[in-house]
Amino acid sequence: METGVSAGTAQRIGVPRETFPLEKRVATVPDVVEKLIKLGFKVAIESGAGDAANFSDDSYRAVGAEVIEGAAALWAASDIVFKVRGPSAEEMGLLREGGTLISFIWPAQNPELMQQLTAKKATVLAIDALPRMLSRAQKMDALTSQAGVTGYRAVIEAANAFGRFFNGQITAAGKVPPAKVFIAGAGVAGLAAIGTAAGLGAIVRANDTRAEVADQVTSLGGDFVKVDYEEEGGGGGGYAKVMSEGFQKAQREMYAKQAKEVDIIITTALIPGKPAPKLITAEMVMSMKPGSVIVDMAAEQGGNCELTVPGEAVVRHGVTIVGYTDLASRLAKQSSTLYATNLFRLTEELCKTKDGIINVNMEDDAIRGLTVTKEGSITWPPPAPKLPPAAPAAAKPAASPAAKKGGHGHGGGDSEPMAGSKLAIMFGVAAALFWLIGKSAPPAFLSHFTVFVLACFVGYMVVWNVKPALHTPLMSVTNAISSIIAIGALVQISPIAGAANRPDSLITWVAGAGIVLTAINMFGGFAVTQRMLAMFRK
Amino acid sequence: MFTSELATVSYIGATILFILSLGGLSNQETALRGNLYGMVGMTIAVLATVFGPQVTGAGIPWIIGAMVIGGSIGLYAAKTVQMTQMPELVALMHSMVGLAAMLVGFSTFIDPEASKGFVGAAKSIHEMEIYIGILIGAVTFSGSIVAFGKLSGRIGGNPLLLPARHWLNLVGLLVVIWFGREFMNAHTIEEGMMPLIVMTVIALLFGIHMVMAIGGADMPVVVSMLNSYSGWAAAATGFMLSNDLLIVTGALVGSSGAILSYIMCKAMARSFISVIAGGFGTASAAPAPASGPAQPAGEVFPILAAETAELMREAKSVIIVPGYGMAVAQAQHTVYEITRLLREKGVNVRFGIHPVAGRMPGHMNVLLAEAKVPYDIVFEMDELNDDFPKTDLVMVIGANDIVNPGAQDDPNSPIAGMPVLEVWKAKTSIVMKRSMASGYAGVDNPLFYKDNNRMLFGDAKKMLDEVLTVLKA
Repeated sequence: METGVSAGTAQRIGVPRETFPLEKRVATVPDVVEKLIKLGFKVAIESGAGDAANFSDDSYRAVGAEVIEGAAALWAASDIVFKVRGPSAEEMGLLREGGTLISFIWPAQNPELMQQLTAKKATVLAIDALPRMLSRAQKMDALTSQAGVTGYRAVIEAANAFGRFFNGQITAAGKVPPAKVFIAGAGVAGLAAIGTAAGLGAIVRANDTRAEVADQVTSLGGDFVKVDYEEEGGGGGGYAKVMSEGFQKAQREMYAKQAKEVDIIITTALIPGKPAPKLITAEMVMSMKPGSVIVDMAAEQGGNCELTVPGEAVVRHGVTIVGYTDLASRLAKQSSTLYATNLFRLTEELCKTKDGIINVNMEDDAIRGLTVTKEGSITWPPPAPKLPPAAPAAAKPAASPAAKKGGHGHGGGDSEPMAGSKLAIMFGVAAALFWLIGKSAPPAFLSHFTVFVLACFVGYMVVWNVKPALHTPLMSVTNAISSIIAIGALVQISPIAGAANRPDSLITWVAGAGIVLTAINMFGGFAVTQRMLAMFRK
Repeated sequence: MFTSELATVSYIGATILFILSLGGLSNQETALRGNLYGMVGMTIAVLATVFGPQVTGAGIPWIIGAMVIGGSIGLYAAKTVQMTQMPELVALMHSMVGLAAMLVGFSTFIDPEASKGFVGAAKSIHEMEIYIGILIGAVTFSGSIVAFGKLSGRIGGNPLLLPARHWLNLVGLLVVIWFGREFMNAHTIEEGMMPLIVMTVIALLFGIHMVMAIGGADMPVVVSMLNSYSGWAAAATGFMLSNDLLIVTGALVGSSGAILSYIMCKAMARSFISVIAGGFGTASAAPAPASGPAQPAGEVFPILAAETAELMREAKSVIIVPGYGMAVAQAQHTVYEITRLLREKGVNVRFGIHPVAGRMPGHMNVLLAEAKVPYDIVFEMDELNDDFPKTDLVMVIGANDIVNPGAQDDPNSPIAGMPVLEVWKAKTSIVMKRSMASGYAGVDNPLFYKDNNRMLFGDAKKMLDEVLTVLKA
């Protein structure tokens, strides 16, 4: 078996079996292998890597991957290694000098791992370091895809431990009330949990410190529970501090209240790089109904509940507290498929030339953010991405005129009154015009002018009331009405007896043509309006 | 025979009926009656004139002949026109009003009886009225003909931008004013004829130039603007003939068209003045490919008709956003069939109409009405925009710029500030398009790259037929 590939030929992507306890995911799946091969890469899989996620060696072979026996051989043969979890100590030993690794790393939490990686002169892309605010990075966002899976699984675990239906039912055997689920934290995992629990028929409530996610909670079928803190938070100088203290107190009260009411609590509150905040105290657990369930998705970071035992499901005070840290692995096929697709999208970005050779382009914002070590030097944390910082701020004012209620209503389209100075100028101009006309025009003209101006205003008032849905009929009917010009032609068509040097026949012909034209308009306009209006029905 | 007093009273009656007619259009229930008022008003006005003092027996056969010819053409056209061709028909009709105003102006001018009684200022004003009446008529006529050509595809939809076109227009205006002076100073009809004809030619050219410079999809503004012009032409004719009925009716039509163009401008975030002046398309003429950082990037997710049908079946609420593409593909009947099926299954189906969807104001509503879509599930943009977050599925059929999130998010976008339907807030949106080509504004649409958006490529009618087949199965 060849063990190295010189530059210029296709690189080999190696996928070892995950060695972390309870980890069942695999970094690539057969469907994705096919696509990687299309990009020009060779793909090698450690024998048994996909077993836990129900992907057999044969299924990988069938799509063109090599299956290599033993981790050592695989690591040695691979130019690029795809993994889920960061490398263990043994795996560090296997990593090829100057090799490339793509996996979760958590560089902030694992400084010594970073040191080892630099010592190996490795190029490492930490999928967790992806700049998530780049919209084109979303397809590579493994944190999001995995969080979605864990949120779903958390509800399934809760349902498993819970002794009742989620949905309310009225059966021959009696009435079943719906389960009440409270979800603390409406990030990706929380939202997935909300959607799943609502889909099972439970009454779902959720809370998040970010008030702006309320809409998303509602859209998934949950009720957003606010922390009622604003009254206490109205302090003077030390606004933020007073606020946060008052907030925490109010938050605790809210959680205590929810704990008494609901059957299931799912917590997903995480603060990056810090132990998870303790939201659910032992007293709150005691206040819950017997048979209730808490799923603590933050167990790996210490848990949001004081009584959580990471990695285990325990019963305390009659409440089942699920502290599994491997929720994603408990849905290994799904999470592996999503993770593999995220990595494939990343590979696409790395290999735009589709020749099977990656190019870690540090000019690219997304790739720059992902790359935590490059050829032996630490490149983490990345400099602030070259995003135009003004964009989100500028978007607000641009959006606000759009949000303004559009112009349908009596008296005008502008909901805002015109500026005073502008109004004054307009009145001034109008006054000057009227004065000019009044000074020079004969009385006969003035009476017509009066009629004209008043008619303009009547038209203005009437037309604003027309529904936008009827604008096309409005146009065709005004069109028909404007054939009133026929009257002009009608009064001219008759020859006038006794009028000298009037070109009677010429005028008759011209006026006749005018009548034909306006008659087309008149009859056609009304008829087509009639036809259109008859079509509108409830 | 009517006396002139009786004729005047009839004219007042007709005026009232015309106002009621426009008032009736304020909602669908009273709209038909409104149209009826219009017809009655028109009949009264014509009869009062025909039997009035100014028409003698010798004119009657001519009038009947002309009415029969024109009327049958009009009725035939009204019967046979396709609802998708309404914009063309309306434009063509505007041109007739314009041409009629021109003809009436000319025949008034060559009629010595018409200006018999005028001396001094009254005479100048009368001449000015003729001059302006013909001017507006000519612009309306040639502009509408070009608009008709563009809408019916006989003339290409791309804007024709002559170099220094604003200067050309300005020179035209100055020449028109200068010849206007000549015209006023002329003593005989023969002397006045030359400036009048020169002005008419310039006005005709100006009308052509103005509409040629406007792109295909800006037509809603143009059509309503010409609607307005045709009203002003009638009003000018009214001044010329000292006829209050014409003045009032012209003013009604003129302000109606002006309001429509104002609404259209609002809906496209453009300035009213620049459109009325005909200087349209300057802002969008250079859609600045160098709009820099805001180029949306990412990838689009194509979808097949079968998956679309699947999504529809699973959705509880669906909003359909039609655009000009639906009209082009004649897909409204299939849309209705799909709507009917979904509604039978209890899906809440609604339609969201952007003010400038299609080629004239209200175009989409008429098409949907033709396809028997009940009007109480057809909503305006403002009525629906808040409901998108609660909507499972949005189908965008042949529309692009009116659903572009860039108008809100990207201050550099050429369509920034234009109100749009916020379809991206729905759970899933499907955009039906022929290809990835950008809309008329030449702006890329970030909606296509959103995670919750799917693209269904192909001809709208064909694709929807496929969807319908799957839904029925």
